[in-house]
Amino acid sequence: MLSIYLKEIRSFLSSLIAIIVIVVFLIANGLYIWVFKETNILDYGYANIDPLFELAPIIFIFLISAITMRSFSEEKKTGTFETLTTKPISDMAIILGKFFAAITVVLFSILPTLLYYYTVKELALPKGNLDTGAIMGSYLGLIFLAAGYVSIGIFSSIITDNQIVSFIVSMFLCFFIYLSFDYLNSFSLFKSNYFSVEWLGINFHYRNISRGVVDTRNIIYFLSLIIIFISLTKIKFNSRKW
Amino acid sequence: MSIKVENLTKIYGKQKAVNNLSFEINSGEIVGFLGPNGAGKTTTMKILTCYIPPSAGRAFVNSMNVEEESIAVRKQIGYLPEHNPLYMDMYVKEYLQFVASCYDIKNKTKRVEDMIGLTGLQIEKNKKIGQLSKGYRQRVGLAQAMIHNPSVLILDEPTSGLDPNQIVEIRNLIKAIGQDKTVMLSTHIMQEVEAMCSRIMIINKGEIVANGSASELKLNQSNQVVVVVTFSQKVQNNAALNALGKVNQLDEKTFEIKSNLLEKDLKAAVFQFAVDNQLVIEELNTKNNSLEDIFKKVTQ
Repeated sequence: MLSIYLKEIRSFLSSLIAIIVIVVFLIANGLYIWVFKETNILDYGYANIDPLFELAPIIFIFLISAITMRSFSEEKKTGTFETLTTKPISDMAIILGKFFAAITVVLFSILPTLLYYYTVKELALPKGNLDTGAIMGSYLGLIFLAAGYVSIGIFSSIITDNQIVSFIVSMFLCFFIYLSFDYLNSFSLFKSNYFSVEWLGINFHYRNISRGVVDTRNIIYFLSLIIIFISLTKIKFNSRKW
Repeated sequence: MSIKVENLTKIYGKQKAVNNLSFEINSGEIVGFLGPNGAGKTTTMKILTCYIPPSAGRAFVNSMNVEEESIAVRKQIGYLPEHNPLYMDMYVKEYLQFVASCYDIKNKTKRVEDMIGLTGLQIEKNKKIGQLSKGYRQRVGLAQAMIHNPSVLILDEPTSGLDPNQIVEIRNLIKAIGQDKTVMLSTHIMQEVEAMCSRIMIINKGEIVANGSASELKLNQSNQVVVVVTFSQKVQNNAALNALGKVNQLDEKTFEIKSNLLEKDLKAAVFQFAVDNQLVIEELNTKNNSLEDIFKKVTQ
């Protein structure tokens, strides 16, 4: 798994994908949080970095789909899928190697935003007066959300050998699972006293963790999401053997 | 027994790519795998390298079943797929290091250097694979197939698309490395198998139609010797010529003679005939039963 992981990281760096993703993520967030009139924290006047956690899931839909779109589709298109699968590496190791490599890139794009946290902390009155617990929870939620997106993206990449198709499918699935259940929830048809359809969506669990309360139910939700899409990837990975 | 295939069948949808194929390859042999396009060569190789499973039958590499002990089999095999897929945006050295890291190799850096030296990639080792010419890419493909010193090498058309000089280089390379390994290679070039392989297997429509060394195959196909002779003048004494064997007049002065005599006896007889009839021989050739002829014969 390590060899695949390192190879993927190298290819992210040499193809500049990693750099572009990190730069785009930081520029978009930086503008949103510090510059744009409607949303910037300085005018807003409250010591928190909530705008970051509102915007990041939306930007990640595009960026993570872009990171993962080539992971398997390119291997299939160029035929290197065959060399890769005839090496003595288990299928799961290949999938997980690619999965963790993509997550690493995402983590490196999130990491510099800790500077935002530090800035707000310094600016707060009195100094250091902000809800660190909630912010750490939000970071945790964001990482889980990103991992969920990566698993969706990896799955979208293996179902096709066309990167564009993979990109669009991945964006659609991420968007659908992130938000659409919230909207569906507004129909009373999907609601009862015992069940709410928004539980199926990422947003519900993401918001819960963001409050700073790490509930096992939310963690289990994200882990299940990842396991489901990794398993689907594994099933499709073996489709050549059907 | 390095490779053993028992009643192997592969069906794609409704199409039978490989049909009840059985053969064995001993360790140390270099076997040429021939057949027209779509005969099932690549499919057989893909099954042996654990890329796809057979629909029926079993395949063994070093007595290990390719389906049951897939990972162990993959460690023993070096595989160069058709069209030689490579990561175009990786550097030669980087790529070989990656491949080395997929196997349990003790001293990876040294092994990579060794392979670069062995395959003659020294000048190109710091280039991106995408910048290399086809011949050098093929060398990279061979280097990655052999980096873990496998006991079995499976090469799918290793020389396709190369220029004649490169073909000779790659051929010598395979020959040099294949001395203590079992090599199974597919190709469409007949001279190649004759030059390299200790045994030839021809398959057609998923079945073996010929199996043996080049000389054995030639011998089996026909034991008649055919010579083509061109005299300087018109032949008057046709009766004497006809006595030499089955004569077929190609043009005024050229004849094709088929005979059950040995080659040198037949040639001597033709000379004697020329002397007797005061003719001068301009050309005298033995028409060999070439592998191409055999190939055409068994695959049509």
